Amino acid sequence: MDPLASPAAPDAKSLPSDHRRARWRAWLLLTPMVLWLVAFVVVPTAILLVYSFCERDELGRVVFSFTWENYQRVLDPVYLRIFGRSIGYAALTTVICVVVGFPVAYCIGRASEAWRQRLLLLVMVPFWTSFLIRTYAWITILKEEGLLNGALSALSIVHAPLDLLYTPSAVVIGLVYAYLPFMILPIYGSVEKIDGALIEAAHDLGAGPLRVFTSVIIPLTLPGIAAGTLLVFVPAIGMFAVTDLLGGAQVPLIGNVIQNQFMQARDWPFGAALGMVFMLLFAVSYGLILRFRREETA
Amino acid sequence: MPSSDASSTLRLPSGLRTRDFLIGGWTALVFVFLYVPIIVLVAYSFNASRLNVLWSGFTLDWYVRVWDNGPLLRAAQNSLVIACISTVLSVVLGTSGAWLLHRYRFRGAGGIQTLTAIPMVMPEILMGISLLIFFASAGLSLGFATVVIGHVTFSFPFVLVAVQARLRGLDPALEEAALDLGATPFKAFWLVIVPCLRPAIVAGGLMAFSLSWDELIVTFFTTNASAATLPIRVFGMAKVGLNPMLNALSAIFVLATAAVVLFSAYVRRLAR
Repeated sequence: MDPLASPAAPDAKSLPSDHRRARWRAWLLLTPMVLWLVAFVVVPTAILLVYSFCERDELGRVVFSFTWENYQRVLDPVYLRIFGRSIGYAALTTVICVVVGFPVAYCIGRASEAWRQRLLLLVMVPFWTSFLIRTYAWITILKEEGLLNGALSALSIVHAPLDLLYTPSAVVIGLVYAYLPFMILPIYGSVEKIDGALIEAAHDLGAGPLRVFTSVIIPLTLPGIAAGTLLVFVPAIGMFAVTDLLGGAQVPLIGNVIQNQFMQARDWPFGAALGMVFMLLFAVSYGLILRFRREETA
Repeated sequence: MPSSDASSTLRLPSGLRTRDFLIGGWTALVFVFLYVPIIVLVAYSFNASRLNVLWSGFTLDWYVRVWDNGPLLRAAQNSLVIACISTVLSVVLGTSGAWLLHRYRFRGAGGIQTLTAIPMVMPEILMGISLLIFFASAGLSLGFATVVIGHVTFSFPFVLVAVQARLRGLDPALEEAALDLGATPFKAFWLVIVPCLRPAIVAGGLMAFSLSWDELIVTFFTTNASAATLPIRVFGMAKVGLNPMLNALSAIFVLATAAVVLFSAYVRRLAR
């Protein structure tokens, strides 16, 4: 460190490079934030890892030891199937969100400035409305004595109420409804950046609408689709509230199983092992999507 | 419509028109899908019948019942207190962190930056269970403090990111001028930099508040009965089934959300 630049004097005359280097005071000021992250993100994750190798005694208390037993239980076909189902539901939700949301994002991105602001506000209200409320809205629609059954029987399309709630379709509808705005907004961000001249050039060079779409628009919006996938796929895997409310106990996903281990079954070590496997899944899919995105933008 | 479309229309009139029509129609349909459930929810909060199917007359009874419901009001109060405290803490941590990371070169700054991104992307359930285990091993009993800790942890990075985005467009001469004129680094930050950052701080603070206000999953694992927030109570009620009180409560929420969205759009327009 430069002995001439005493910390007591204002740094006005010091060289820019020295001026920018963090000294102990800057470190001291940054400490609360770094400590916060270490204490409430790094350490808890480390403890989760430790717990996943522990055992529990008959009373449900955690006994410190080193065992792979919890992970062996995760490999049980019952749990593997639940993991597979969770990934399947999340993937289906993501695909539906892309297919449904892409034209909307495209429409908003290509609209005139005034319309764009209005349509964006229209996406923002559901985006910010609590997903709990939006999920409850679907209960009122899908319930046996709910709106949809009422309307169908009033029009005498059905004579006995259909089982709509607590089915896999209800879960997927709820997930799509919860996450659709999170897909529309990032894709919109990419669409907005597309230079109209590129589309025009493709037309001029003789590309038909389909060709323009697959060769110009899709590649240019892939970063947005990737960002939307991050916001939809990963959270949807572990979302237990929507599956609890709309799926009942019929279709447990991994989030429900983890929650159950911590709250009802009180098998924390096994819950921690399930959590660590989910963490691995999260890290891998996150890394893959990020890498794909970097390649696309590069 | 941009001019590029108009010029291509000359070449492919029918095709492009049909495409625009289809995209516009689809977009309208998706907005119907997004809004019908919300509108139904609000409409039936005024329905006199307990069941949602039949309309049996207008009533404000459900709103009165929400107002008379002690546990719900207490939960709303808890939510408000927790959201306010965690917003203040998030703004302080996020703004100071963003400034320090921008202003000084720290060894390992990249690592710190990555660390701040983790709470934003980590699945909430993992954050919930790891905090639960952490509080249990640290011997902290669950309650207000643990909920606030959880909320600040995932909220403040959003403030940090918002402020960092604004700092990138900030003229470095501003701070240098303040220092040249004899301000201490703290004074320069407080009197010159913070006012420049105000729109980003407000936006980040709004984000932190609404994240905390809506949060269910992390709260679920870090709360106890006396610190139950509104989402926790609503989740409990919705699990049981239909309840017109929930419709009334949701209607209030939806209106409040719409008001905040419009207000922040207005603030952003002012900032421009």
